[in-house]
Amino acid sequence: MIGLTHYLVLTGILFSIGLVGVMRRTNLLMLFFSTEILLNAVNIGFVAVSKFYGDLSGQMFAFFIIAVAASEVAVGLGLLILWYKRNGSVDLNSLQMMKG
Amino acid sequence: MENYLYTALFSPLVSSLFVAVFAARPKMLFTGIVASLLIAVSMICSFVLLIDVNTYGPLHVTMMDWIAAGNLEIPFGFVVDEVSVIMMVTVTLVSTIVHIYSIGYMDHDKSFNRFFSYLSAFVFSMMILVMSDNFVGLFIGWEGVGLCSWLLIGFWYHKHSASWAANEAFIMNRIADLGMLMGLFLIYWNVGSFQYDDVFAAAPELPVSIVVTIGIFLFIGAMGKSAQFPLHTWLADAMEGPTPVSALIHAATMVTAGVYLVIRAGELYSLIPHVGFAIASLGAFVAVFAASMALVNNDLKRIIAYSTLSQLGYMFVAAGLGAYWIALFHLMTHAFFKSLLFLGAGNVMHAMHDELNIKKMGGLYGSMKATAILMSVASVALAGIYPFAGFFSKDKILEVAFNEGAYGLWLALFIGAGLTAFYSFRLVMLVFFGEKEHVKYGIHPHDAQPFVIYALLPLGLLAIVAGFFEPMFEAFVTRLVSEYHIHIPHATEYLLIAATLGIALSGIGFAVYKYKRGGFSKSLEDKACYRLLSNQYYIPKVYEYYIMRPFTVLSKFVWQKIDMKVVDFTVDIIAKCIYASGQEARKIQSGNLSDMLRWMIVGMLVLLAFAIVYSAMM
Amino acid sequence: MYEVIAFYLFAALTIAMFTIVVMSKNALYAMSALAGGMIFISGFFFLLDAEFLGVVQIVVYSGAIMALYAFGMMFFDTTRDVSEKMRSKKIAYTLFVLSAALMVVILAAPLASSSVQANFPTVEHVGNVQMIGLVLFTKYLIPFELAAIMLLVAMIAGIVLASKKMDEHLNIEDEEIGNVKESR
Repeated sequence: MIGLTHYLVLTGILFSIGLVGVMRRTNLLMLFFSTEILLNAVNIGFVAVSKFYGDLSGQMFAFFIIAVAASEVAVGLGLLILWYKRNGSVDLNSLQMMKG
Repeated sequence: MENYLYTALFSPLVSSLFVAVFAARPKMLFTGIVASLLIAVSMICSFVLLIDVNTYGPLHVTMMDWIAAGNLEIPFGFVVDEVSVIMMVTVTLVSTIVHIYSIGYMDHDKSFNRFFSYLSAFVFSMMILVMSDNFVGLFIGWEGVGLCSWLLIGFWYHKHSASWAANEAFIMNRIADLGMLMGLFLIYWNVGSFQYDDVFAAAPELPVSIVVTIGIFLFIGAMGKSAQFPLHTWLADAMEGPTPVSALIHAATMVTAGVYLVIRAGELYSLIPHVGFAIASLGAFVAVFAASMALVNNDLKRIIAYSTLSQLGYMFVAAGLGAYWIALFHLMTHAFFKSLLFLGAGNVMHAMHDELNIKKMGGLYGSMKATAILMSVASVALAGIYPFAGFFSKDKILEVAFNEGAYGLWLALFIGAGLTAFYSFRLVMLVFFGEKEHVKYGIHPHDAQPFVIYALLPLGLLAIVAGFFEPMFEAFVTRLVSEYHIHIPHATEYLLIAATLGIALSGIGFAVYKYKRGGFSKSLEDKACYRLLSNQYYIPKVYEYYIMRPFTVLSKFVWQKIDMKVVDFTVDIIAKCIYASGQEARKIQSGNLSDMLRWMIVGMLVLLAFAIVYSAMM
Repeated sequence: MYEVIAFYLFAALTIAMFTIVVMSKNALYAMSALAGGMIFISGFFFLLDAEFLGVVQIVVYSGAIMALYAFGMMFFDTTRDVSEKMRSKKIAYTLFVLSAALMVVILAAPLASSSVQANFPTVEHVGNVQMIGLVLFTKYLIPFELAAIMLLVAMIAGIVLASKKMDEHLNIEDEEIGNVKESR
C-alpha cells in the first residue's frame, strides 16, 4: 500500500522545505532550524530504504546522523552565542566579512 | 686514417667552441693563436689525407645515423675522395693563413675573440659541405656557411650598412636555397636516397626531363652561393665585412661552393649537356659583366670582389661544358691568388686607416714594398701570364670553350681576360704607383707587421708555382670525375695561347701606360656608359624599386592588417573572455551567507539534473 | 489500513509543522513547530519498524536538541518579531520549486536497480533493538567509538565556547595587549 516511493517523495518534500528555509531565513538561529529539518528529512529516507530492502545499514546511518546533528547543534550554538556577544546581532547580513 | 678525417673535420669546431667561451671578453691574444693552431692541425690532416687518397683511394666513413624515419635514411657520412680532398686542402690552407693574418689585422678590434669563433665556425661548415657524402649533409654545410657568412659580414653590427649587407647576402642565399631544396626533394622523390653513390647510379635511368629539372634547381642554389647573375648584388656589398672575411669567404671558399656542387653533381650534368651549356653561357656572361663593372669602380675591395665574380663565371663555363677537373683546378689556383689579393688589400687599408677609395691612394710602393710585390704577383697570376698559376687554369678554360665549338663563349672569355688584366693593373698602378694622393689627406702609411707578411708568403709562392702541378692534378682528379680531352690541333692551340697571352699583356701594358701618365681624363666620367658601369648597371636600384619596395608594403600590410588585427585580436579575445568571466564569477563571493547557501542549492540542482540525464542515458 | 491513515496523517502534520518553522516570523513559534515536527518524524520511524530509532529520535532530538535550542533562545530577544529582509525572493522561490520538482521526479521514478543486496539482512522474530545492538557493536563498532569521541569533543567545545571565562578571556586579551603596549 504505502510503498518506498511514498516515503521517498515525502523525504523530497521535506528536504525542499528545508531548502526554502535555508534560502529564506536571515536569522542565524532560524537557519539552524532549517538545517535540522534537512537532516530529519534525510533520516526518514534512510530508514524507509532500510525497511524496504530489509537492510539495517539505513538505520545505522540514521543513528549516526542523529549523533552528528546533536554535536553540531552544541558547537553551533556555542559559536552563535559568542558571535552575538561580539556583534550584538544574529542577522546573517552582519556576518558578511569575507567579501570576494 | 679515419682519425685524420675526424680531426680535420672537427678541429675547426673545437676551435670555434673554445674561442666562443671568450667571445664577450676583450681581446685575448691566445684565442687567435689557439684558433690558428687548430686550423693548422686541420690543414695538416688534410694534407695527410691527400697523400693517402693518392696512394690508396677514397675513404668512406659513416659516423652515425641521423634520420631513419620510414623509408628515409640519412646518415652522417663523410667521404674523402679526390675532389673533396682537393677542396679540403684548399679550404684549410687558405683558412690557416687567413687566421694568422687576422691576428695582425684585427689587432685593435675589441671583438677580437668573437671574430675567431665565427671564422672557425665557418671553416667547420665548409668542411662539412665538402666532406659530406650525401646531398643533405651538403645542404647542412651550405646553410652553415651561409649563416657564418652573415655573422661575419655583419661583424661590425652597429654599422647599419654592414648589417644591411649581411641581411642582403643571407636573404639572397635563402632565395637560391629554395631552388636547391626543390632539387633535393626531386632527387629524393625519384631516387629514394640522398647518397651521392645512389643518386649517380640511378641518374641514367631517370627520364631526362626529371634530370633536367633537378639540374636546373641545383644550379639555382649554386647561383645564389656563387653570386651569378641575377643574384650577384650581395657579393659586392659583402665587402662591408672585415677584409680577412672577404679573403676567406668571398674569394676562396664559400662562393666556390656553388662550383663544387656542380662539379660534385657532374655525373648528373653530363647527362644533360643542354643545361650545362646554359650554365656555361651564364658563366661567360657574368665573366664579362662583372669585369666591366670592375673597370670603373673606385672602391678597393669592390674591384677585387667583381674580379671574383668574373672568375666564378670562368669556373662555371668550365663546369658547364663538362670539364670538371679544369673547373676545380681554376677554383684552386684562383683561391690562392684571390685571397692573396684580398689580404694585401687589407694591408693597404690598414695602412691608409681604412680608406677604400683608390683615387686617394698612390705611390704606396715606397712604404709598403712587401705588400706591393705580393699584390703585383697576385695580379699577374690573375691576369694569366705564364708561368704564373692563373695562366694554366684560365687558358685551359678558353681552350675548352673553343673545343666545344662555342666560339661565342670563347670570344666572351677572351675579352674578359683582357678586361681582367686591365683592371687588375689599374688597381695596382693606382694604389702603389703614381701620384702620392694620400699625402693630401695626411696619412702616413706603413706596412703590416712582419709575421703577417710571412703568413702571406706561402700564398704568393703557390700563386706562382701552382700551375706546374697541372698534370698531376689532372691525373689525380680524373680518377673520380670524367676526363676531358681537348681535340684541337696543336697549331691552333698555340695560336689560342698566344692570343690569350697577347690580350692579357696588352691589357697590362695599356693600364701601366695610361696610369703612369695620370690616368684617363675626368670628362670620361660624365659619359652615360661610365655612369652605367659605375652604378652597377643600376641593377641594385631596380631590385630596390621593383622587389624590395612592394615587398615592404606587403609586409607592412600583413603586419598591421592581418597579424595585429586578426591574429593578435583573436588571441586577445580569448584572454579577455577568460578574464571577464573571472571578473563576473567573482561576484559569487559576496560574503553573504544567504547568497552562498543559494549558490549551494543551485549547485545541487545542477547535480540532480546531471543525475537524471545520466540515468536516462543509462 | 492503519498504516495508510497513519502515514498520511503524519505526513500532513510534519509538512505543516516544518512549513511553520520556515515561514514564521516569531522565533518561539518556529521553535515549537520544530519540536512538534521532530515528534511526528519519530512517529514515522515507528511506522517503519525502527523502534529503537524512534525512541532515540524523541530522546535526542526533541529532548536534548530542542532543549539546547530553547536555552539558546534565551540569549536573544525573542519577543521581538524576527524581521528579515529577504533578498531577491523570486530567486529563492524559483530555486525551491525547481529543486522540489527535480527531487520528486528522481524519487518517484521507478527505482533503477532492484538487485540491491542487503548487507545486514534483518533476521525475523528478533526484535529491532536486539538487531541494532548486534550490528552496532560488531560491524559498526568503530564508527560508534568515533561518534562517542565526537560527542565528547562537542561537549567540551560547547562548554568552552559558552562559558563566562571565555568571554572574559577575550576581553582580558585585549586589555593585556593594551597594557603591554603602554608599558613599552
